[in-house]
Amino acid sequence: MEIGGYIAYFVSWAIWAGIFAVFALGLNIQWGYTGLFNIGIAGFFCIGAYTSALITTPKPTGIYAQYVQQIFGLNLPFILGILGAALVCGFIAYLIGYPTLRLREDYLAIATIGIAETVRLVFNNYHKLANGPRGLMGLPQPLQGLVDPRHYDYIYLVIVLAIMVVIYLSIERAIRSPWGRVLRAIREDEIASAMSGKDIFRFKMQSLIFGSMIMGVGGALYAHYTKAISPDVFTPLYGTFIIWIMLMAGGSGNNKGAILGAFVIWFIWTIGAKVLTDLLPYTLKARAPYIRYLIIGILLEIILIYRPQGLMGEEKRISKMID
Amino acid sequence: MPELIVYGIVLGSIIALGAIGLTLVYGILRFANFAHGDLMTAGAYIALFLVTVLFPWLDIPDTTFGSLSFGWRMVLAFPIVMACVAIAAILFDRILYRPLRMKRSGPVILAMSALGASFIIRMIVLILWGADSLFYRPGVLRPAIELPHEIKIRPDQILILVTVLFLVALLYLFLKRTKMGKAMRATADNMELARVSGIDTEKVIIWTWGIGGALAAAGGVLYGIDVQLHPGMGWHFLLPLFAATILGGIGNMYGALIGALVMGVAQQVSTAYLLPTYKPAVAFMVMIIILLVRPQGIFGGGRA
Amino acid sequence: MRVLEVRNLTSGYGETDILQEVSIQLHEKEIISIIGPNGAGKSTLLKTIFGILKPRQGFVRLQDEEITGLSPDRIVRKGMSYVPQVDNVFPSLTIQENLEMGAFVRTDDYRYRLREVYELFPILKERSTQKVGSLSGGQRQMVAMGRALMLDPKVLLLDEPSASLAPLLVEMIFEKIVDINKTGVAIVVVEQNARETLKISDRGYVLAMGQKVFEDTGKAILENEEVGKLYLGG
Repeated sequence: MEIGGYIAYFVSWAIWAGIFAVFALGLNIQWGYTGLFNIGIAGFFCIGAYTSALITTPKPTGIYAQYVQQIFGLNLPFILGILGAALVCGFIAYLIGYPTLRLREDYLAIATIGIAETVRLVFNNYHKLANGPRGLMGLPQPLQGLVDPRHYDYIYLVIVLAIMVVIYLSIERAIRSPWGRVLRAIREDEIASAMSGKDIFRFKMQSLIFGSMIMGVGGALYAHYTKAISPDVFTPLYGTFIIWIMLMAGGSGNNKGAILGAFVIWFIWTIGAKVLTDLLPYTLKARAPYIRYLIIGILLEIILIYRPQGLMGEEKRISKMID
Repeated sequence: MPELIVYGIVLGSIIALGAIGLTLVYGILRFANFAHGDLMTAGAYIALFLVTVLFPWLDIPDTTFGSLSFGWRMVLAFPIVMACVAIAAILFDRILYRPLRMKRSGPVILAMSALGASFIIRMIVLILWGADSLFYRPGVLRPAIELPHEIKIRPDQILILVTVLFLVALLYLFLKRTKMGKAMRATADNMELARVSGIDTEKVIIWTWGIGGALAAAGGVLYGIDVQLHPGMGWHFLLPLFAATILGGIGNMYGALIGALVMGVAQQVSTAYLLPTYKPAVAFMVMIIILLVRPQGIFGGGRA
Repeated sequence: MRVLEVRNLTSGYGETDILQEVSIQLHEKEIISIIGPNGAGKSTLLKTIFGILKPRQGFVRLQDEEITGLSPDRIVRKGMSYVPQVDNVFPSLTIQENLEMGAFVRTDDYRYRLREVYELFPILKERSTQKVGSLSGGQRQMVAMGRALMLDPKVLLLDEPSASLAPLLVEMIFEKIVDINKTGVAIVVVEQNARETLKISDRGYVLAMGQKVFEDTGKAILENEEVGKLYLGG
């Protein structure tokens, strides 16, 4: 590959890593700062992606309508797609939070698994919603006409990184505020926090909503990059597990760690893909993704036992006062 | 409808094998073993290996028993598979969960470790067997017996019910009559006091994993006999397993059994009104309702 | 003969030391009380003796054998039993099964011991197949003590046996403690209820702020007005 090819590959790689970093940041608010064990990321991923898709594509008419079913199609610009994704995810998080946030942490985890599965099942089986298993295709990309399609990725990279930075800064700001300090206190010792009169439930709900909105944005970014989505993308494997590993590897409770974890794990993931496909004999090549996942799974276990704080560890000072 | 209920009981009894193991582990170790469903998967696939690879190689005959869909190979494989997964479950605990327990890691970290273990098991299955659905005996006719009320039931399924009943009865006797069984119940009640009384709680933990793994493996094989094998089958069972466990009260073996039967019937009956693919969602709904209304389970005494 | 010797024991939770260089002795067939205000370290003392907490300093000897820092399941095999203050029974097991768990480490035929324990607590014999969780507080406390006695211990450690019991039951429990002692078991009783326990004790130790501040015979402490005012709430 000549230099141009390498750069193009790197840009595409960085876009993926950036999208995952957005998810990791969202998860960090819920788990890293509030201690909510959300194994249902795939659900918000799915809702975010589909919401943005439905907002930005037109409702199929005429002959087209025989092949593609959508419950609505607003044909609005990308920015509104992202906003819509965030808002809908936030709203769904609110609905979910009501019954589940008072539960014990492991029950919450099971509930989130259930939610993600249900979301996927609904999108898969209720065809009128978003075309069922065939999914939606031809999703528009922002600023599409501006450059030669071969160079479009550069623009998208800038968009993704810009959004990532904006999210990072907003979270950093929020965490250093009094609101953020209460979250930390809840994670450390819920009972003590409850005794000091804070409405634990409200804070957890806010954290859940905030994190989910960010995940919705991630879903939208994903959808508009791949231009096509279908329910089988949003599996627990791909949609949830890999983000958890990224956060644990990078350092939960640390926003820089979340971003770093995303990039590092994505690096291992893609390099692993290349190495494995080169090393494996022909008959096993189809199994390569599973071998990758196996390695990542083992990596998670090693991290949990030997370095649960991840690469960067938790952020120590989070108060503006102390800094 | 009666047929749905009958099949629901069959399905429920398979779920029960997993749920009982899960509730035993949950009760003693206080941790949500997200890998329990995949222990069922492991059992099913190890049996597949034995029945389709090893035993043919050893020239063990393949003839089926009457109208059942399996023969000596499966009968031989069954206890072997239970033993293998029992050992595997114990190993997972020693290697993955125990170090975290020693470090006093919180329940979430332990659950995360179990989640990782579940993926590891699933990936191994996918690597070795691929993603397609498989059968112990492909292309077999499955004749059904007619019962009153137009209920059809297959001979396989009758045997599944008998097997589950047998295993549950064995477990009951073990817990009620043997020293280790009582020690397990004591440890589930109060681990600290068990230690204070001189009970070797590490040994109790090993036995718990062994029994849990063995029962899960049995459930996986029975499911494979009744329906099919596919790599995601364990994950597919996870929600019903946890729903059954929570419904029956964590740590309550009889509760888990009843909870599993309820879940099985509920899921099957739901297919009269919803698409079958929504079954996990039904399990989830039931579970959410229980968690909101009575989190300590129907029989109480479970830890809320 | 000294059946239990504790010298300069220092221990606590995490970074803080609760006990500071406490020394006590227990002789054969004695009942001794450990009393004092809340937070004085009485329970901590028992837990450290029994190996639930590891001491930072000092030693514990059981019949001249060093047991400092051993884990509870080892200590229990050497002839010392412990009854915690709370969570001291197996609620989903029957009375009989609770006692059987107490005898877990025994490899001999212990039915004689079961009879002896039932003789001490006749009411338990009537209900031996009842689940302990459904018993009253007083009966539960009896099961807790019975469980600890199944191993024929030489030394019995009791952590606030009368806590959360109605006054009538308190009297009954202390009578039982005397009965147990008469069978040859030396007993250490930690108590908030100083009066009742000193009445039945041969000797007593007063702990305050993690240190031993007074020691004398049970009768003498009861009659000592100053100690009464300072440490025992008058």
